[in-house]
Amino acid sequence: MILGLSIGTEYYLALSALLFTIGAGGLLVRRNPLVMFMCIELMLNAANLAFISFGKEMGDLGGQLSVLFVLVVAAAEVVIGLAIVVAVMRRRPKASVDEVSVLRG
Amino acid sequence: MEAFTFFLAAIISLAGACGVVFLKNPVHAALSLVATLFGVAIHFINLEAYFVAAVQVIVYAGAIVILFLFVIMLLGVDRAESIKTDPIIGQRQIAILAVGGILALGALIGVAFSGDVTGVPPENAQKSTYEGGTAINSDHVHADDDVRPDQNIKDIGRALFSTRYVFALEITALLLTIGVVGAVVLTRRPKGELDPLPDDDPPSIYRDNENSSDLESTLSGDTDALDDAKADESEKEASKETGVGGE
Repeated sequence: MILGLSIGTEYYLALSALLFTIGAGGLLVRRNPLVMFMCIELMLNAANLAFISFGKEMGDLGGQLSVLFVLVVAAAEVVIGLAIVVAVMRRRPKASVDEVSVLRG
Repeated sequence: MEAFTFFLAAIISLAGACGVVFLKNPVHAALSLVATLFGVAIHFINLEAYFVAAVQVIVYAGAIVILFLFVIMLLGVDRAESIKTDPIIGQRQIAILAVGGILALGALIGVAFSGDVTGVPPENAQKSTYEGGTAINSDHVHADDDVRPDQNIKDIGRALFSTRYVFALEITALLLTIGVVGAVVLTRRPKGELDPLPDDDPPSIYRDNENSSDLESTLSGDTDALDDAKADESEKEASKETGVGGE
């Protein structure tokens, strides 16, 4: 029975790998800068899940502390990235990331 | 029970992740991101990381996704993106191939090293936070029990301000300050007139929406569409007049 299964670290790592791949695929496929940022968040979350599951397995608190630092870095990254998106979109309201590749305003 | 929680949360988070990638409207994508974040928070509780689960919900779902939604609404980019158009030819196929390859490689490695992923705990994991280490079960009274939520928070605070992590904590504070200053500097309106944009705009990724042409043209400063609309209206009026005249 599937409910009696004991969930080991491998399950969490597999889920983390799946989340990361979905995020990476979305980052490659989508062209809207905001959705691309969301895909980066997905990848960071997958890394967080791996951190926590490894920390649980090793009995070490370092995994949870690393997740806190990753959270702060993700917040700072989103703030700067969205500020850049706002600055670009103000001049080019229909911009996709391909148009920003010219790096002019 | 742990298995049930795991599979439920796994389904929630994977469905949310697929929603982020495949939904065309950015607002819907942001809402599916919330589902993923909640699913991952459930996993954190399942893994006895109570404080991080709470922080995940508060910071990610409460602050970061709201920031996303705020920017989407502010810029008015909540139009559907046409996923069918492929700006770089063959990129979709290569992306699908790459994702499949990574998944296959991961599965291969997982099968090859199954049960051998983790290894030996580090030395400082054997010591509690009271002894300068970072072991999860720090309180020797509760050493054989599961970690209690309040104990988890105490341990995280003790370890975060211990000599091992306090420097990283200070760097984090510096990073947040730089983030605030950078956001203000980047979104400040520049003084004076900017150079006109080059004309050779590549084709837009967004579908043309006929109904909202007035709003979009005022936003983009494109007056042709407005003129066209006015011309249409005047034509209608003229036809009305001729109709009246015909009677």
